[in-house]
Amino acid sequence: MPFDSVNTVGLVHPEVAQFDEPLQLACGRTLSSYELVYETYGTLNDDRSNAVLICHALSGHHHAAGYHSEDDRKPGWWEQCIGPGKPIDTNRFFVVSLNNLGGCNGSTGPTSINPETGKVWGPDFPPVRVRDWVNSQARLADRLGIDCWAAIVGGSLGGMQAMRWALEYPDRLRHCVVIASALRLSAQNIAFNEVARQAIESDPAFADGHYQENNEVPTRGLGLARMVGHITYLSDDAMASKFGRDLRSGTLELGDEDQVEFQVQSYLRYQGNQFSGNFDANTYMLMTRALDYFDLAREYDDDAVKAFRKANCSFLVVSFTTDWRFSPARSREIVDALIAADKPVTYTNIDADEGHDAFLLPIPRYIDVFSAYMQRVAEGN
Amino acid sequence: MRQDLTHIQRWIEPGSRVLDLGCGDGEFLSLLREQRQIVGTGLEIDAANITAAVGRGLNIIEQNMDAGLENFPDQSFDTVVMAHALQAVHYPDKILDEMLRIGRQCIVTFPNFGHWRCRWHLWQQGRMPVSEFMPYSWYNTPNIHFCTVNDFEALCEEKGIQIIARDFVGNTSREPLLASAWPNLFALTAIYHITR
Repeated sequence: MPFDSVNTVGLVHPEVAQFDEPLQLACGRTLSSYELVYETYGTLNDDRSNAVLICHALSGHHHAAGYHSEDDRKPGWWEQCIGPGKPIDTNRFFVVSLNNLGGCNGSTGPTSINPETGKVWGPDFPPVRVRDWVNSQARLADRLGIDCWAAIVGGSLGGMQAMRWALEYPDRLRHCVVIASALRLSAQNIAFNEVARQAIESDPAFADGHYQENNEVPTRGLGLARMVGHITYLSDDAMASKFGRDLRSGTLELGDEDQVEFQVQSYLRYQGNQFSGNFDANTYMLMTRALDYFDLAREYDDDAVKAFRKANCSFLVVSFTTDWRFSPARSREIVDALIAADKPVTYTNIDADEGHDAFLLPIPRYIDVFSAYMQRVAEGN
Repeated sequence: MRQDLTHIQRWIEPGSRVLDLGCGDGEFLSLLREQRQIVGTGLEIDAANITAAVGRGLNIIEQNMDAGLENFPDQSFDTVVMAHALQAVHYPDKILDEMLRIGRQCIVTFPNFGHWRCRWHLWQQGRMPVSEFMPYSWYNTPNIHFCTVNDFEALCEEKGIQIIARDFVGNTSREPLLASAWPNLFALTAIYHITR
C-alpha cells in the first residue's frame, strides 16, 4: 500500500449525479441534462451543518484527496489540505469535491455526447462561466441534502467560484475561503491565457476543436499552452532554485557546437507532455475563457463593495508573497472591498517562494493559519 | 493581561465595534468579546500572532499600519484601540489622525518616557535608558518615537483632539497615587481616551 492510512482519507470512489432539469446558462443557451462527477470525504453530521465544498482551479477535478486504488502512485490534487488532522479535517467535515461542467474528468463537457446530435460536443459545448458552475454546484448541494455549507473553499479560479457563491446564494454558506484569487483577471493575465489558447488553435491537429471526430489529439498545442501556464505558476526564485542554469545535456565549452539542454527546458516539456496526455484541449479553451470572463462586480456597477454587500458569510482571504499570477495586491482588493462592505474578513499574506503553486503546497505557516480558521468554521463561529 | 488593557475595558461600550491596531495574539479582543460582546477586527503583522489570533476565532487583517489605513472607511468603528504601538510607528501623528477618522473614539496607550527613572538614567549615566519595561538598546529598539505624557497632551492640543479621559499606571507597588498626581514623572504607562 503506497499510503499511510492515518494521514489520508485513503481509498475513495467517484460518484456520478445525473441532472435532468435543464440548466439555464449565462451565455443564453440551456443544457437540457448533464452529469456531475464528485467525491466525498468524511461524514455528514445529523444536522447537515459540517459540509465543505471544494471548488477546483483551471486544470483541477473532483479527485481532491485520497487514492483511487491501492496501487495509485499519486493522491488527489489537494491531499496536503484535505484529510484527517489536515486543515480541512475529514474527522470533522464532510467534504464534497466535484469536476465542474465543461471539464474532462467525468462531468458533462466537450468530450461528452451531445444528446441532440448523438455526437461529441467538442467545440460546440456551451461556453460555461463561473456562475454556471455555481448554479450546478447548488443543484448538487440540493441532491446531497445540504442547505448551507459550513464553508466553500477554492484557490485561484476556485476562489472565484467561492466568491460568486457568496453573492448568488448568500444564505447557503457560512464561510467563504478564497486562496490566491482575484476579483477579476488583469490584462496581463488574460494575455497569458490568450497565448495558451493560440498555442492550441495553431496546432493543425486541433482542427477548430473537432479533433475527436478525426481521432486526433492536439498534444503539441496543449503541451505548449501548459508550458506557458506553468511558467506563470512558478516564481522567478522558485525556478532559479529548482533549476538554475543547470544543464541536462551538452556543455557550453568553447569549441563544442553540440546543443545544450537546460534542466528547465526538459522540465517544462515534461509538464507539457504529461498534461497534453491527460487533459482535453476544448476544456482548456473553455476553462481559460471562464477565467477571463469572470468579473465579480460587473453587474454591481463595477463596484466590488456593492457586490459584497450581498454576502452573508465570513471570509478568509489568503495570498502568497511571490505569486505574480494572482498577486497579493489582487487579494488585498478583495479584502479592502470586504472591509468597506462591512463583512467579517480575515486576511493573511504567506511568505512563500513557490509563486502561485504555493496554494497547493504544505507551507507550514499556510497550513497553520488555514487549520486555525477551519477550526473556527468547525466550532460554528 | 497587561494592566493598561484591563484599564481600557471600561471605556468600551457593550456590543460596539472595535478595531485593534497591533492586536498581537488577540488576547485583548477576545477578552472584550467575552466581557463586552464586541464585534472586533484586529490588525497584525507578526505571523505567529496572526495564527494565534485566528485560532481564537477573531477577524484578523495582515496589514502594516505604517503603510496606511486608507482601506478603512470613515467612522466605521465605535472604538479604535492602539495599545503600546504609538512609539513604534513611523508617523504617530498621522496614525492618530487616521484612528480618529476611522473610529468615533480612540484609545491610545504608550510608555511614558518622562518617567523619573528614565530621566534619572539619562542624567546619571548619560545613556539611553534600558529597563525591564523597555529592554532594548537604542540601535535595535522597535520604539522609534518616544514621547512623554506632556508631549502627548501638547500634540492633542495642537491637533484639536479632545481628551475624554486619561489614566496612568505607575510602578504598581509604590507609585499609583503619585502617577495620578504627577503623571509626567511617575506614570509608566499613559492611557488616553480621545475623540475629535
